Amino acid sequence: MAREVSTGRKALVTAVAWGIGLLIFFPILWTVLTSFKTEGEAVAPHPSFLFFDWTLENYETVNARSDYLLHFWNSVVIALGSTLVGLLIAIPAAWSMAFVPGRRTKDLLMWMLSTKMMPAVGVLVPIYLLARDTGLLDTRVGLVAVLTLVNLPIIVWMLYTYFKEIPGEILEAARMDGASLGSEILYVLTPMAVPGIASTLLLNVILAWNESFWTLNLTAANAAPLTAFIASYSSPEGLFYAKLSAASTMAIAPILILGWFSQKQLVRGLTFGAVK
Amino acid sequence: MTVTIRTLVGASLVLALTGAASAETTITVATVNNGDMIRMQRLMPDFYAQHPDIKVNWVTLEENVLRQRVTTDIASKGGQYDVLTIGNYEVPIWAKQGWLLALDNLGADYKQADLLPQVAAALTVDSKLYAVPFYAESSMLMYRTDLLEKAGLKMPENPDWDFITTAAAKMTDKAAGVYGICLRGKAGWGENMAFITTMNNTMGGSWFDMQWKPQFDGAEWKKTLSTYLDLMGKYGPPGASSNGFNENLALFQTGKCGMWIDATVAASFISDPKESKVADKVGFAPTPTRAGGSNHGNWLWSWNLGIPASTKKADAARTFVAWATSPAYLKLVAEKEGIANVPPGTRTSLYENPEYLKVAPFAKMTLTAIQSANTAHPSDKPVPYTGGQFVAIPEFQAIGTAVGQQFSAALAGKATVDQALAAAQTLTAREMTRAGYPK
Amino acid sequence: MATQASRITGRLMLSPAVILLLLWMIVPLAMTIYFSLLRFNLLMPGTEAFAGFENYQYFFTDPSFWPALANTLTLLLGVLAITVVGGIGLAVLLDQPMWGQGIVRILVIAPFFVMPSVSALVWKNMLMNPVNGLFAALARGLGLTPVDFFADVPLASIIVIVAWQWLPFATLILLTAMQSLDQEQMEAAEMDGAGWFWRFLHLTLPHLTRAITVVVLIQTIFLLSVFAEILVTTNGGPGTASTTLTFLVYMQSMLQFDVGLGSAGGIVAVILANIVAVFLMRMIGKNLEG
Repeated sequence: MAREVSTGRKALVTAVAWGIGLLIFFPILWTVLTSFKTEGEAVAPHPSFLFFDWTLENYETVNARSDYLLHFWNSVVIALGSTLVGLLIAIPAAWSMAFVPGRRTKDLLMWMLSTKMMPAVGVLVPIYLLARDTGLLDTRVGLVAVLTLVNLPIIVWMLYTYFKEIPGEILEAARMDGASLGSEILYVLTPMAVPGIASTLLLNVILAWNESFWTLNLTAANAAPLTAFIASYSSPEGLFYAKLSAASTMAIAPILILGWFSQKQLVRGLTFGAVK
Repeated sequence: MTVTIRTLVGASLVLALTGAASAETTITVATVNNGDMIRMQRLMPDFYAQHPDIKVNWVTLEENVLRQRVTTDIASKGGQYDVLTIGNYEVPIWAKQGWLLALDNLGADYKQADLLPQVAAALTVDSKLYAVPFYAESSMLMYRTDLLEKAGLKMPENPDWDFITTAAAKMTDKAAGVYGICLRGKAGWGENMAFITTMNNTMGGSWFDMQWKPQFDGAEWKKTLSTYLDLMGKYGPPGASSNGFNENLALFQTGKCGMWIDATVAASFISDPKESKVADKVGFAPTPTRAGGSNHGNWLWSWNLGIPASTKKADAARTFVAWATSPAYLKLVAEKEGIANVPPGTRTSLYENPEYLKVAPFAKMTLTAIQSANTAHPSDKPVPYTGGQFVAIPEFQAIGTAVGQQFSAALAGKATVDQALAAAQTLTAREMTRAGYPK
Repeated sequence: MATQASRITGRLMLSPAVILLLLWMIVPLAMTIYFSLLRFNLLMPGTEAFAGFENYQYFFTDPSFWPALANTLTLLLGVLAITVVGGIGLAVLLDQPMWGQGIVRILVIAPFFVMPSVSALVWKNMLMNPVNGLFAALARGLGLTPVDFFADVPLASIIVIVAWQWLPFATLILLTAMQSLDQEQMEAAEMDGAGWFWRFLHLTLPHLTRAITVVVLIQTIFLLSVFAEILVTTNGGPGTASTTLTFLVYMQSMLQFDVGLGSAGGIVAVILANIVAVFLMRMIGKNLEG
């Protein structure tokens, strides 16, 4: 299978790929570097790449000003909570669509996806009023519920495409052996679908973590996640580039690290049925 | 992996369920992310020492986000906040709706009479105070003394727009990255329109006539907009159409502006050697007017603390706003952070304090600017509205921002003076008709 | 193959998801339709009154409406074009043998993890700012005049930012698809003397069709609601140069607090989104069949 290529060609490909990779990564790298500069250095007319006085003062300022841990923990609860509840609802649905498809399954799936196209700004007022009346404003429960619904179509669809790749005969065989539906899902399907479920979980944690419309509009103090944390740094007074960089780094670091460590799992199931 | 997830889920559920149960009264304060408010958050130990039974939850947001969130909440009676940071634009409108609690009786220590009359007047409806000012500002001209000297000019006592144009031309040195004048260009009723509206007032113009007919087709607006675009086009910094207060402040602090007309509060930031590279070379003057004119179009803006009528914790909220805007708080800031950092513009006593006058060379000019702001009669012409840099009607946010978009587009070179004014006239007339004016 | 019993179980298992989504769609939608027929401004309580289709009339005659529609489509197509073409290029490149492939892949996918508001802030302030930004510093270093991105080319700047965020996603999916490409067929074609471009056009590209459709579908769903990037960078301006439908609706319902008008705009946006959806579904349905 391995192709034989000349070292020269490999070197060229490596150089080009690294160049492009670094270029794409550069804005993030630049943010991280700036977060260690003083405000003065951050706006220097001739920016220095590495040779500046490294300082942690921006992180100290940001930490003194905001309760990072609270926002971080809210992000974790909301992202993970909404994903897990979503999976709980989506797994049976996707199972049913993949293994007992009806004539309308495809349409149903497409309809589900189309609910995601509803512009959130258009329905903010109704949802806000509903959240107020149910006492779910500024609660993690409320946000978990909303984000579950927002991302449910994607979860169902990802799982569906993944389940469909599993040959139905295996399930048939299990059923012949007298397995109940529950044990069929639990012992036969789930193990085979772990990669798909894992990557669905990862993708949705990322999407929920970065969701910044509902998380910002339905929270105040108690349930505000990192998206709200960053909103308080978006244009403070005076020189703020370095502080903004520090806050940005703190907001994206957890999910970036998670993403990097789990990229193999993420990629395995991120095919949306596009790969045969 | 599974174990970790299970633990996490378990923990998160517990945490989610046991959200906010505590014995003390917790109030939620929505506030803007400016320096003074952030300083207050640092000084909270003093408040807690006096009131151990009250806990304050801060929600700090950028101005536009704050305004949107707070307005949504109060108008839909969401009840998420117990104290709101709002501008003097909102206060009279909301008070008339019955959305705010009246705030008299804040105690003898509060010294309500010490509040600057112009500032307090803007927050008073039917002779009741509906919000207390935390900090107030007007507008003034800030300039670089060294550059002006180099240009061979002297700042007149009452500069007019012709002088500004001459000075801007002489101070500009694009090769060195110095721009003669920096003005707001970012679209928004509180951004470029705050400046342009007051500039138009100095030119003798107004937003509406007594029949609420928009005036963009008049000669004054044409003079205002063409002067503004001419100044900025020739002597302004690049990217001006997305510059607001903060962007211009950063430009001025890094020595890139010769002159800057903006909020008086900027004076302390540009004079602070820790933040500003030009701290020892700044001068202050009144906002320019038209040649021979007397209306300086000073604006009046204050950030205030108000209590929504829907709060269930009115007492704790009242205690907090009284503390945060009291003379004692000013003293606390002076002790802990230096007297130059006291929130400006709210109390007469501050401007009579010799210590403050010594460290704040801009204090006198700030006071004069605030005192000369005439929000009751902003224009030379008779007008049916009040407000300096805004028109105090609920529709103004939307109209002001939409017009601001047009002017910002003109500044970016996407439209001519006449096109921008024609568009502004059409859209203002349209919105006013929709809103049912004349009322 | 499926029995009656399993059909019923299937329905039962499907129903929670369907019912929840149905509620999630119908309740706000019904409220929005209702509001859209009212004269309803949050700032003026007590003035609500039935207004018929007045809000719709105002929305369609809003001078920003047509520019907003055009901007929405430009943004959508622009980002799709960059991410699909760039994604194919990157997928082909990353599929080649090289040193440190894992690290390059990590670098390339990183932007996907950055929250939209952060990436907009970073691009706006630290890269594209015409005075203090890095691009301006580079331009000055080369003796050029710095470009004032958000004033001169606002929509294009936003397209670049959004494309930067979504390029990793396209690359990942296309790369996964690339890896299942039949190498023997490729080698056979190479033996037959087929050039690189011929092989790309006749073997690689057809193989990627399904993956491309998936990229287009998923991204369209997210791109139609792009919002934070515009709010942070240009606020829809200058003028209406970067106002999209979503942003227009935001301005009306959250700035003017004109819930009636905003709701009418929301309904129009929903209808337009569904037209795009139907169009896409047709296309995808064909490609994803079988």
